[in-house]
Amino acid sequence: MNRIRVVHYLNQFFAQIGGEDKGDIGPGVKAGPLGPGRALQQTLGENGEVVATIFCGDNYFAENQDETIDALLRFAVEHKPDLLIAGPAFESGRYGVACGAICHAAQQKLRIAAVAGMDEDNVGAGLYRKTIYIVNSGVTIARMVPTIQRMAALGLKLAQNRPIGKPEEEGYLRRGIKRNEFTAKPPAERAVDMLLAKLRGAEFHSEIAPPQFAGSKPAAALRELSSAVIALVTDGGLVPEGNPDNIEPGRPTRFTTIPITGVDSLEADKYDAVHSGYDTAIANRDPNRLVPLDTMRELEREGVIGKLHEFVHSTGGAHAAVENATVIGKDIAQRLKAAGVTGVILTST
Amino acid sequence: MIPVAKEVGSLRAIPSGGIVSPTGNPELPPEKEKEFRRQLILRALQTLQEEV
Repeated sequence: MNRIRVVHYLNQFFAQIGGEDKGDIGPGVKAGPLGPGRALQQTLGENGEVVATIFCGDNYFAENQDETIDALLRFAVEHKPDLLIAGPAFESGRYGVACGAICHAAQQKLRIAAVAGMDEDNVGAGLYRKTIYIVNSGVTIARMVPTIQRMAALGLKLAQNRPIGKPEEEGYLRRGIKRNEFTAKPPAERAVDMLLAKLRGAEFHSEIAPPQFAGSKPAAALRELSSAVIALVTDGGLVPEGNPDNIEPGRPTRFTTIPITGVDSLEADKYDAVHSGYDTAIANRDPNRLVPLDTMRELEREGVIGKLHEFVHSTGGAHAAVENATVIGKDIAQRLKAAGVTGVILTST
Repeated sequence: MIPVAKEVGSLRAIPSGGIVSPTGNPELPPEKEKEFRRQLILRALQTLQEEV
């Protein structure tokens, strides 16, 4: 088999040009391995050759990403690579993003295999884990050699079009891809096996990765309720009669914005609940059971709260994909913030 | 739904009137139900005034 030709990407520090003070150096190239590239060459052995090292300062890359990628890929192409290895960047955010971006571009533009290395919590991992293979390096440089070994092994497989194992076998970050597999046991038996293992306290592996929820920073407590602007939001699918924005009763991709200026209470004949995840009959008979508008108006009149926000935002939150729910939530939150809302009551079904 | 709210990272959550009527209780007579809703909302507003 031919030796795989590898181009290695490093930042200014690992390319031995300098520390943070050299972060603004532009893209460059040198023939052969540099720094961690020597360990990479050792791991590749007879199977591959580090033909060149491309590098760039982290700050320069971040500030001139598109031109930098073009320049680095031009350098790489001169060395006819089969594989790009980037990093590992450990927990360095700018370096991690650069590694992800250059691997993504190498796949897209040069149509070659690419593997990056960085810590799972690196910003670059969040941005690129779905589109490229990222080996989890952990945060410490002490993990350099084992990380390089995993990157090299995975890179060779990719470049040689050999089958790639599961994330936990190969050491790369989950990409959110499901693949069919043949198994001898039907699902019911596998599920019971897992349950029994769990009851015994033995190790077992779920076949479905549970969704990961990013935590958020808590907002500060409201100081003065009497001057607060409170908004009502719901995932219970409240819509004006006829559902003019056509929100979905489940698997939502959007939300509706309901004006409530001058509305004192949600009348049953003017509003509906559209939601495939619960029996909406009770809320439909009195929509204030879903979105407490009547009570909020009372509290507004009494001066308990400063003001009720003039719109209700609503979506039908049944079987929401986390990705879509995140987009919907961010959009609603941005609108509320821009409108000067200081507190939100979200009623959930 | 509190365990679900916690699981997805909600930071301020209080138990509601139930899945099919979060801010109501159809078992109660109308006046009592309004009072139930008022107490629930006052509790929600109280929660907004607490540091997490």
